[in-house]
Amino acid sequence: MAKNKRTAKDRGDAPALGLVGSLRWIWTQLTSMPTALFLLLLFAVAAVPGSIFPQRSMNPETVREYLNNNPVTGPWLDRFQLFDVYSSAWFSAIYILLFISLVGCIVPRVKKHAQALRTPPPRTPSRLNRLPQYTSLQLVEGEADTPSDDEVIDDAYKVLRKRGYRVERRSDATGRSVAAERGYTREIGNLTFHISLIGVLISVAIGGAFGYSGQRVIVEGETFVNSLVSYDAFTPGTNFNPENLTPYSVKLDKFDIVFDRESKTHFGQPLDFTAHVQTRRSADAEPVEEDIKVNHPLRINGADVYLVGNGYAPVVTVKDGNGDVAFSGPVVSVPQDSVYTSMMVIKAPDAKPEQLGFQGFLLPTALVDETGFGISGDPNAINPQLHLNSFAGNLGLDDGVPQNVYVLDTDNLTEVNSRNLDAGGIVLEAGQTYDLPDGKGSITFNDLKRFIGVDVNYDPSKIPMAIFSFLALAGLIVSLFTPRRRVWVKLKNNDGQRSVEYALLARGEDPRLERESTELHNIFDSKWPLASQKQDQGEVNA
Amino acid sequence: MPNGSNLAPINETLGNYSQLFMLLSAFVYMVAFILFALDLAKSNKIISEIDAAALKRDSEMLVGATATSVSAPRSTKRGAPVPRADNVSENVVNDKMNYTEHSSNRNMARIALVLSWLAVAMHGFAVIGRGVAAHRVPWGNMYEFLSTGALVVAVVYLVVLFFKDLRFMGSFIIGLVTLMLCGATIGFPTPLGHLMPALQSPWIVIHVSIAVFASALFSISFAMNVLQLIQHSRMNKIASGLPDKLPFMRLVPGAGALENFAYRINTIAFVMWTFTVIAGAIWAEAAWGRYWGWDPKEVWSFVIWVVYAGYLHARATGGWTGPRSAWLSIIGYGCVIFNFTIVNIFFNGLHSYAGV
Ligand code: HEM
Repeated sequence: MAKNKRTAKDRGDAPALGLVGSLRWIWTQLTSMPTALFLLLLFAVAAVPGSIFPQRSMNPETVREYLNNNPVTGPWLDRFQLFDVYSSAWFSAIYILLFISLVGCIVPRVKKHAQALRTPPPRTPSRLNRLPQYTSLQLVEGEADTPSDDEVIDDAYKVLRKRGYRVERRSDATGRSVAAERGYTREIGNLTFHISLIGVLISVAIGGAFGYSGQRVIVEGETFVNSLVSYDAFTPGTNFNPENLTPYSVKLDKFDIVFDRESKTHFGQPLDFTAHVQTRRSADAEPVEEDIKVNHPLRINGADVYLVGNGYAPVVTVKDGNGDVAFSGPVVSVPQDSVYTSMMVIKAPDAKPEQLGFQGFLLPTALVDETGFGISGDPNAINPQLHLNSFAGNLGLDDGVPQNVYVLDTDNLTEVNSRNLDAGGIVLEAGQTYDLPDGKGSITFNDLKRFIGVDVNYDPSKIPMAIFSFLALAGLIVSLFTPRRRVWVKLKNNDGQRSVEYALLARGEDPRLERESTELHNIFDSKWPLASQKQDQGEVNA
Repeated sequence: MPNGSNLAPINETLGNYSQLFMLLSAFVYMVAFILFALDLAKSNKIISEIDAAALKRDSEMLVGATATSVSAPRSTKRGAPVPRADNVSENVVNDKMNYTEHSSNRNMARIALVLSWLAVAMHGFAVIGRGVAAHRVPWGNMYEFLSTGALVVAVVYLVVLFFKDLRFMGSFIIGLVTLMLCGATIGFPTPLGHLMPALQSPWIVIHVSIAVFASALFSISFAMNVLQLIQHSRMNKIASGLPDKLPFMRLVPGAGALENFAYRINTIAFVMWTFTVIAGAIWAEAAWGRYWGWDPKEVWSFVIWVVYAGYLHARATGGWTGPRSAWLSIIGYGCVIFNFTIVNIFFNGLHSYAGV
């Protein structure tokens, strides 16, 4: 930092620098404090767009939607990586430069401070009364407890050492004195802080390389076995190795929600989600009963399983035109509102002669509103009904293009049931069966289960990240609140009338310097007999 | 941790009293705010009188002196009253912001202070009552963040007043508190309820309380930095011989003293904010499965942190003291406000607990 002044001069003869010289010049520029400050502020500004535009890493679906809705601006934004801000080239460039600058700043400071730790306190100024905090105390001579010269110096030495100063006795032409300095830990704290920031960055890199995250929906009664194929979605780190997935399993026994039933204003608001699961930590381990809650993930074999979503999964059976079962099982439905009105899609590609599809809603507590539409009156399944339209034809699943299971592509389908047709829509209560018109098949609403959505995360950076963060915090506190100061105590002798002078000098921000001066005064006062004291400068806080 | 099935029922009566007292305290704050403002206006007059007296004394002293020495009154001998604007202000509030003899005759400010304490008592009852009524910490939605945050601002300010004469900031701070309470009761009226499951964690106690505390400190240093800028430009004008348009600013210490005091508060607030971010990351790890995900709220907490880190660097290097560092601190505070209002209300992320 201090060197940038010299750098400015160097710039004058820049033409003659050559390659090495230019690199050197770039390096000094990059590690100069103004550059660091500029990069730091740029870093803040660069982070902002990520809060304005949807980010692929968090909401890929929203990004797709955004691109659809903004066909002109969207691709441009995408070109500038505004949907991937935190992995973008420009964001990375800023923080890499910042951290290079940081390293370039830390290394010389570590060296310098290592030296400073071995350097004795600076020489005693010849005229202490020029310093900002100066006090002169007159010793009363001839009392029983009047100290000798040696005692004065010794006492001052001990007092200052006890108060955390590094002290040294001095003796020169102007007399004997004690020089003291404290606050070396300030710089150590500062260096700890900055080095920990590098540790934080390295931790993030480790997490990105070796971690993974995956999503999975589990219906009550189902078991999730940890392996790549069991995930609905999986994002590996760059160095991920699938063999690292340990074969634990999680079976969802039951999922409970507690809703607020007392409050008028918050009636029906969820108060608690608990997933009761049975876990096996290896293929042949005994099952263990555990709970997963929102703020209480399941920690299993180094990975963490988080409860991130839930809803109803109606169990249905679809029979085709031939009377054979074409589909049977739970159908995950997507809650749309606080009363769990849930959208559902059933696809029965095995149905013959025609494939069958259904789409509509599950109403956990079905009520009929004044227009004749079914609505849900409560999030609990008090009177569950399925309200469905049915379709027959080609579901479009055979051409190998992956489809969203929650969307029915009705382009190549004929509507069989809907409110607009004579046949009307399908309304099913639990246990009921509906026969499709023209013998196309039937659908039965067998049962209602709940499902949970879980995120599974493995992130080896968590522990180093926590350690470095707290080191940074500790370093910051030490560096901000440790005062750095120097004190000199000098013994003066004016024709047998001795006095003790002392002065304090702050290095950097030090609002308590004056208090320290008063405190030293009080200590000396209790040790030595002092005449009326005189303080030339600095008012003392009462 | 409260388990959903055994959350104790909400005490509606106490909740209603809490709401009533919140309104009453807002009203009393408003009166205190007006009185603080009147104090500034009135002190304006007193200062003019002190000024006039000083000038008169000065001209008597300088009888016979040349005209130039009037315009250069610094040359008066040490110890004699010096009629420079800056020195007069030292008589009211010195740069150490200690109470001085002149500061005791500000009756209006005294009444304002008593009213502020009364308001804090009612406000404290309202905030604590709300927490007791719901059997949880009273910071679970925007209404509660604002009303609790306002209480912290007011209490910190009134406590600091025991040690430092910061009454010149009264209309600023109590005005801000009034504004926050109006914001809570008008902008985000929220009936008392249980916490949603995502907020049911011990971390809400630590993370949010420190965040609110840090924000309160940032508010106070923001007010100081604004005053610093005003004082700075005013001093510059006076130094270049222009008339003093804002004599009440003599109730305020010099720009340098304000800057240093604001810096000290900012360092404490910055440490708290650092802790807030770390605690938030730990909580996010437990609740959402990752400690950092660039959720809008996280982005802005990070931006705030970096801007204030920039502020600390700017001051540390020495080149950027004075107005420039004040502006960085003000921008930082702008981000705090943005994070609390716009991000909570309009940006949808995982932190959608705003209760709006
Ligand atoms: C990753 C970016 C950085 C962050 C977040 C950061 C943060 C901080 C913070 C919060 C402080 C306050 C602590 C204190 O004042 O003692 C500080 C101080 C300091 N930083 Fe940084 N810093 C960064 C990069 C740098 C770089 C690149 C340099 C060198 C060019 C640097 C040099 C310093 C110095 C010399 C101090 C001490 C100031 C003092 O003693 O008051 N920092 N830094």
